[in-house]
Amino acid sequence: MKKYLSFFKIRLIAGLQYRAAAWAGIATQFAWGGMTILMFWAFYHNGENSFPMTFPELSSYIWMQQSFLAMFMTWFYDNEIFENITSGNIAYELCRPCDIYAIWFTKNMAVRLSRMMLRCLPILLVAAFLPAPFNITLPSDWLSGVLFLVSVILGFLVLISFSMLIYISAFYTISPMGIRILATSVTEFFAGAIIPIPFFPEALQPIMYALPFASMQNAPFLIYTGHISGIDALQSIALQIFWFAALLAVGRLLMKRALRKVVVQGG
Amino acid sequence: MKLYFKYVGMLLKSQMQYKASFIMTALGQFLVSFTAFLGVYFMFSRFHSVNGFALSEILICFSVMLMAFSVTECFVRGFDVFPRLIQSGNLDRILVRPRNEIFQVLTSNIDFSRVGRLLQSILMLAYAVPASGIVWTFDKIMTVVFMLMGGMAVFASLFVLYAGISFFTIEGLEFMNIFTDGSREFGKYPLSIYGEGVLKFFTYVIPIALFQYYPFLYLIDRSEDIGLIFLPLLGFVFMIPCYCFFRFGLRKYKSTGS
Repeated sequence: MKKYLSFFKIRLIAGLQYRAAAWAGIATQFAWGGMTILMFWAFYHNGENSFPMTFPELSSYIWMQQSFLAMFMTWFYDNEIFENITSGNIAYELCRPCDIYAIWFTKNMAVRLSRMMLRCLPILLVAAFLPAPFNITLPSDWLSGVLFLVSVILGFLVLISFSMLIYISAFYTISPMGIRILATSVTEFFAGAIIPIPFFPEALQPIMYALPFASMQNAPFLIYTGHISGIDALQSIALQIFWFAALLAVGRLLMKRALRKVVVQGG
Repeated sequence: MKLYFKYVGMLLKSQMQYKASFIMTALGQFLVSFTAFLGVYFMFSRFHSVNGFALSEILICFSVMLMAFSVTECFVRGFDVFPRLIQSGNLDRILVRPRNEIFQVLTSNIDFSRVGRLLQSILMLAYAVPASGIVWTFDKIMTVVFMLMGGMAVFASLFVLYAGISFFTIEGLEFMNIFTDGSREFGKYPLSIYGEGVLKFFTYVIPIALFQYYPFLYLIDRSEDIGLIFLPLLGFVFMIPCYCFFRFGLRKYKSTGS
């Protein structure tokens, strides 16, 4: 456990060095969040009654999405891992007395967390002082706050264990770019990153909520905004635990099979 | 010009070497913009219209934007990945060759997999052209042509500007994404829905609205002003300061030494 912790620490500290990039990122995300909210505002004016969330709920959702973007961004993959696999350097990693799945998992966590830590607070702070209803508000009671914390960690784990599957697929395809972009677009869509899941047609929603993608950013943010609360919140947390366990098991299994068959092509 | 086509042919051949990967990437590009379309579609199945614009009208806006963007991204990709040219020192190689730098950067990278996105925009336009109820007279057709041309000019200028900035920052500047990827994303809808301030910004600072919003008003008969047809061509004027900035950066350029 200790060695994985130090992998985690090295990556985290390395990630925290990119402060200038973080400021640029904050500005971008702030503009992005603002534009998204203005877009929804236009729709809100058109049909208040068909708006599936209240407007403050939506604003909170969008700002949470922007501040935690680094944690939940679907397009981010560690190129080093792909290169390791395609170049054959993986052979060295296999020689180490560590579990590769666990190393990759902690590396991914650390990179995402370090980016999030640099960006999250400034965005939240500014967003909190925007005029209502465009600002972010605190959760309505402490219980949803606690549930949110549990859910956001679980969502993070679900996302990473899903992206592990994409890394592992590189063992089978050698050129992972195609799968990567396919996976990104599908995840992005079903996770509610393009439009929040409540805005999807009613008929589709039950399916969407059941998919693992809804257990990523959708669940914690909807709990935070109060759109999901009480027993429903507990239910979505249970679903998150299920998906995390399932994806973890599948990932480990595929990894084991891939490593048994791995052929390092010399060089 | 002949040399350019030779380069295009070469790059096309080299990208076709990995056919499966190419097809998957193109398909992925298609899916990315298709999910964006579904996002718009679902919003409209819920709200039916926004600021009086119907879905078929919005799709014209969306497809013109996407088409201009994907064509530009394909052929001006060299400027999009320009920071990498600087970091790797490959720019030095370009500078010592006896050809125009712009030409060489353009031919250093052409990304044909963007054809996936292009396909999506063609499909949307093909649907929206009859569905929008616009009577396609000669002036309306010319408006769309000018919108596309203006759009490509503005996006190309933005990529050149982005490359110019990276002379000073070495790293790519994430903030520029809001203008390139951001305009593609938010240009799905006519820029007026974001409010007066945003529209002004995208008229006078970054001239996206010149080819996206104003001529669009003429297309759907919201405005009678003939001048709006030619407004997108102002996008070519935007090229001048961006190009000058790039030249300025090039003069200040010091190699990273790698």
